[in-house]
Amino acid sequence: MSQTETSHAQRYARIRNHPKFQELARSRARLAWTLTALVLGGYYLFMLVVAFFPQWLHTPLETGSQLTVGIPAAAAVIVLSWLLTGWYVRVANTRFDALSADLLEELQ
Amino acid sequence: MKRLAPLVSALLALAPLAANAAPMVAEKQPINLHAIAMFFVFVVATLMITWWAARQTKSTSDFYTAGGGISGFQNGLAIAGDYMSAATLLGLSSLVFAKGYDGFVYTVAFFVGWPVITFLMAERLRNLGKYTFADIVSYRLDQTRIRTFAAFGSLTVVCCYLVVQMVGAGQLIKLLFGLDYSTAVMVVGVLMLVYVIFGGMIATTWVQIIKAVLLLAGGTTLAGLALAEFGFSLETLAARAVESHAIGWNIMGPGSMLADPINAASLSLGLVFGIAGLPHILMRFFTVPNAKEARKSVFYATGFIGFFFLVVMVLGYAAIVIVGRDPQFFVDGDLSGALVGGGNMVAMHLAKAVGGNLFLGFLSAVAFATILAVVAGLALAGASAISHDLYATVLRKGQASEREEMRVTRFATIGLGIVAIGLGILFEKQNVAFLVGLTFGIAASTNFPVLIMAMYWKGLTTRGALLGGFAGLISALTLVILSPAVWVAVLGNAEAVYPYDHPALFSMPLAFIVIVLVSKLDNSARAARERDAFDDQFVRAQTGLGAATASSH
Repeated sequence: MSQTETSHAQRYARIRNHPKFQELARSRARLAWTLTALVLGGYYLFMLVVAFFPQWLHTPLETGSQLTVGIPAAAAVIVLSWLLTGWYVRVANTRFDALSADLLEELQ
Repeated sequence: MKRLAPLVSALLALAPLAANAAPMVAEKQPINLHAIAMFFVFVVATLMITWWAARQTKSTSDFYTAGGGISGFQNGLAIAGDYMSAATLLGLSSLVFAKGYDGFVYTVAFFVGWPVITFLMAERLRNLGKYTFADIVSYRLDQTRIRTFAAFGSLTVVCCYLVVQMVGAGQLIKLLFGLDYSTAVMVVGVLMLVYVIFGGMIATTWVQIIKAVLLLAGGTTLAGLALAEFGFSLETLAARAVESHAIGWNIMGPGSMLADPINAASLSLGLVFGIAGLPHILMRFFTVPNAKEARKSVFYATGFIGFFFLVVMVLGYAAIVIVGRDPQFFVDGDLSGALVGGGNMVAMHLAKAVGGNLFLGFLSAVAFATILAVVAGLALAGASAISHDLYATVLRKGQASEREEMRVTRFATIGLGIVAIGLGILFEKQNVAFLVGLTFGIAASTNFPVLIMAMYWKGLTTRGALLGGFAGLISALTLVILSPAVWVAVLGNAEAVYPYDHPALFSMPLAFIVIVLVSKLDNSARAARERDAFDDQFVRAQTGLGAATASSH
């Protein structure tokens, strides 16, 4: 019992100290937090404009148009943040998963 | 006070229609045969799926998480289904109909939580959890106390949301189908019990998928039919909407609804982070085989939700012209008066105007199906908190057999069903707006802070999680009681002590502060062990090593 526990702890410690694991954890954290900051930053920037400079969003797209800048701007917050999720999922499902599989195989 | 009304309805748009339906109780309509026939087809199809699912459901893993055998795409549809309630279609389109661009701004707030869940939570949920989000919170903390607390948080959110859904369902069905309020509530409650008790997560997932497809198809068709009236030109649509609406050009830019930035900030904070604390949404991440599929599923879900929200915006603007100028949809034909059936029926009127009675019947059936699917998901999440967290882990210390756990789950589901039907009937004429504030307030201020800290912060201890969670819970509860929705609307006081609709701006930071302070000051031996255990948890979170794997069917 205690033998398996020790080897379990050792295995986890070996993984943790492996350079590939550290690279995996670091690059995943960098990407995930950057994208989170981009989405939330973009959204709250949009909200600040809504609250303090509403007339910017109320400008016609072109002279004579009834569509305003605000319509594509709001749609862009939705579409762009969705595209960023696509980017994250792509990187995680290819590069990060490959790195993680590599690592586990090496330490088998 | 007047200023707050649209905010309340915006909030409610996410949850069901109870909001606007409750203060002015819906009048019963003549029986709608198209709608009932189409709903009947849906019920027969879903019951057949439940029968099939019941034969697949052999273990607790099948019951709680469909054995982890749902693909990323299927789960994406199911997540989208869990999130898009009938009121997403009805509430948000009505908000744009009434307020124009402000409705669009609120819709964006309902959306941005999803990318954040993708980046920070999806894979960790899958790698660390098994059946409930309490699995993750208690991964390295005290099993008994933390799990009890997390289960309590789940159940509070589930019960509040269930009641809101039931009241909304009763009002909506009374209006659309011409059934009695209490009959409608019973039909929803009984069907929900059948799906969950016999079919577990497999049936619930498939009901959710079918409903999501129907809702997406119905909404898109409606938008297509409506846009055809404007030659598929957004420019024409905008021009006609501006000339049709009472406030004219103002519908194309931000208006008065956001006049109070603190209220708007509190609302958006609650919505963005509340999603990440809703147990029935979190549970969906355990139904896929691995982290890769979990990420894919939230990518698909985000796409479907975003697309649907944009469709709903088109519906709202189109309705300004098509519904807003047609006297048949107004009480006594008065274009400046109230809409027939209340302010939330805009999308339904639009369906009738552009697609006739048959399409209205179809959309009504979709709305009913939507409510059913959402309550089934909620009931399953609540039942798993009772049986997996409270019974199997806390009470029996993991010694309960699968058979015993399954039996408790089914009794728990029946219990939740009785509570939902009973409270649904009891609250018929109540204003349940405060329950929505409470649901998202508690999700964002209790479940979310504890969960995200358990995933990311090494320093978290049992004491910190408990006290921080309680601080969030109690402050959210207190602020909701002091808010206009309870203090004025329910208790009848003249002025609210807490003037905002949503507690999250204050209660969520409070929860985080208490979690950090108490954890830092915790010098017990247990706390040291808990901090040490983070390293192994971190390995599993990153690699999925030792995570529950899918069972094959």
